[in-house]
Amino acid sequence: MPVNVIESLTVKRLEILDPQGNADEGLLPPLPEEEIMRMYELLVLSRAFDERALSLQREGRIGTYPSILGQEASQVGSALAIARGDRVFPSFRETGVQIALGYPIHLLLQYWGGDERGLRTPDGLNIFPICVSVGTHLPHAVGAALAARIRREQCAVIAYFGDGATSKGDFHEGFNMAGVFGLPVVFICQNNQWAISVPVERQTAAGTLARKAWAYGFEGVQVDGNDVFAVYRATSEALAKARQGGGPTFIECHTYRVADHTTADDASRYRSAAEVAEWRKRDPLLRLRLFMERKGLWTEEDEKNAWQRARTTVDDAVKEAESAPPPEPEELFQYARATLSPRQQRQLKEIAERGVRNAE
Amino acid sequence: MPIMNMVQAINLALKEEMALDDRVVLLGEDVARDGGVFRVSEGLLDAFGPERVIDTPLSESAIVGAAVGMAAYGLLPVAEIQFMGFIYPALDQIFANAARLRSRSRGRYSAPLVVRTPYGAGIKAPELHEESTEALFCQMPGIKVVVPSGPYQAKGLLLSAIRDPDPVIFLEPTRLYRMIREEVPEGEYTVPLGKARLAREGKAVTVIAWGSMLERTLKAVEGYDAEVIDLLTLSPFDEETLLASVRKTGRAVIVQEAPLTCGLGAELSATLAEQAILHLKGPILRVAAPDVPIPLARLVDHYLPSVERIREALEEILKY
Ligand SMILES: Cc1ncc(C[n+]2csc(CCOP(=O)(O)OP(=O)(O)O)c2C)c(N)n1
Ligand SMILES: [Mg+2]
Repeated sequence: MPVNVIESLTVKRLEILDPQGNADEGLLPPLPEEEIMRMYELLVLSRAFDERALSLQREGRIGTYPSILGQEASQVGSALAIARGDRVFPSFRETGVQIALGYPIHLLLQYWGGDERGLRTPDGLNIFPICVSVGTHLPHAVGAALAARIRREQCAVIAYFGDGATSKGDFHEGFNMAGVFGLPVVFICQNNQWAISVPVERQTAAGTLARKAWAYGFEGVQVDGNDVFAVYRATSEALAKARQGGGPTFIECHTYRVADHTTADDASRYRSAAEVAEWRKRDPLLRLRLFMERKGLWTEEDEKNAWQRARTTVDDAVKEAESAPPPEPEELFQYARATLSPRQQRQLKEIAERGVRNAE
Repeated sequence: MPIMNMVQAINLALKEEMALDDRVVLLGEDVARDGGVFRVSEGLLDAFGPERVIDTPLSESAIVGAAVGMAAYGLLPVAEIQFMGFIYPALDQIFANAARLRSRSRGRYSAPLVVRTPYGAGIKAPELHEESTEALFCQMPGIKVVVPSGPYQAKGLLLSAIRDPDPVIFLEPTRLYRMIREEVPEGEYTVPLGKARLAREGKAVTVIAWGSMLERTLKAVEGYDAEVIDLLTLSPFDEETLLASVRKTGRAVIVQEAPLTCGLGAELSATLAEQAILHLKGPILRVAAPDVPIPLARLVDHYLPSVERIREALEEILKY
């Protein structure tokens, strides 16, 4: 009996904007000029936030913070493709997504400053609390998509995670269920090459992450994650497909974590400065800026103004976060359950009466 | 004798035991190249190579599951879970498999593995980085649960844990990692599992604590005639030492970092009530966190049992 090839897979990679700012006009998403400039301003705002968060952490004004430096295009590009009714399930390294979707910046700072009031998504935004336990939110996204189908709601769901998360059971279990049910969900992985100190080649023996989708019966595509147009286009198409009943899509954004894993990490222990320098050359902001300059949309002056505006926005958010009254002990209990047990009520009373005396 | 903190003491224990017994293999996320996020396995990759110090893919279930298979087939794996809040994906492996492999195979197989994990609150870390859900593990009859309270105990207990024929969950209080420095002997010594330690002698009241709460308890009892027991092994716990002390003092206070309800303190309290109630002068008191999810940094001081709360319990029990 002959051995036949009964299946083979091809994985596509989408690139539109190169590091010098040249775009493949045929693939360029049809975005009005103002929208392109808005995209860039959001990239700048994300980076301005990130820079500020890192310095606030150094000053002891917030706690441990995971930088998004280098991943702004993956985050902003995908977020701008999300429609208002869509449901978003972020991981912990998604401040660019949150900012692009309008999550209040002062709340982000409150959260990273150790105040859970920052976790409450304002009404009108469908953003789940960021997921800290790696990958555990993928099944939630699948469930949210299933709910949309059962309740006949026209929306898509998008879940964000990292390369490390693809090793978790939740990733495979969530993908499998999404594939079996053909659900309207887009899985978007920022393959930033590292999961703390573990490089992606030690995370998986597969040549791409994108190909993992095939095993679950839906399409996986790789995009240049530092190319905001490619990310935007791939995400828009995947979300549209989901909304039209075309089932799930997996997008692997090929990008890089330029900073340490978090402020508690020292990446120089496990990777070379040369590797980081190489990726710095593929800066996602720079290439969009070069593109805009070439198109005559952007000047040195515009650049200065954009940064000025972004820094002012972040400054205002810092002020707002830091002038928030300290959380009261009642906050511990307020959302522990819809109704507190008598025992919890007693505990609350005792803690409230004790007040700050409890501090060691 | 060298003076060291708990991180260094655990590192030394691993290094010595790995040199002594080549069946000992470390595995976990970021344990090799990075030396662990708390640097507990620093230098071990260089010393023992990548077959003995293994950076795994990001999967707690696979880490512990693989450790079960490794342990069943001739190795002594020491698995690291990066923080206790991330051990939950591995509960299936711990509860449904490691804890009952000996029993289910009627003695043919066993899983002599150790799962080490940083545990407890008070380092102002992000969500899920400060859990203390030790009681969950104490409910599982096939495993042992150990919590060191300082560098000396940590080294001796870890050696016992690695050599123990059953799975051991080894919980390392992060707040103490670098707080306490003390003399730790180089070379062989063990601290036995299942034995509590008399941390302080006294006659009026017995205070039972473990992990980072021991440190607060020792501060709180200054000026009181209190006996302090450092539990060290939470499961199986040392009934004999607890009962002897409580029969002597007639009063008991239990301090636990975890939420009150169904914490280990409940089991200790029930045991004392069952076996020593006639010696008791007053109720058994528990000082614990409230029954809410552990908060982030800004509220954690309202949550954790404080020195003052422990003192209030002492005052109250001494009224009897
Ligand atoms: C279940 C779980 N295990 C371990 C951790 C600790 N941890 C936090 S981030 C991280 C690496 C995640 O890597 P990746 O998925 O690539 O995301 P990235 O940090 O690169 O954005 C680890 C191991 C965690 N948060 N959750
Ligand atoms: Mg990563």
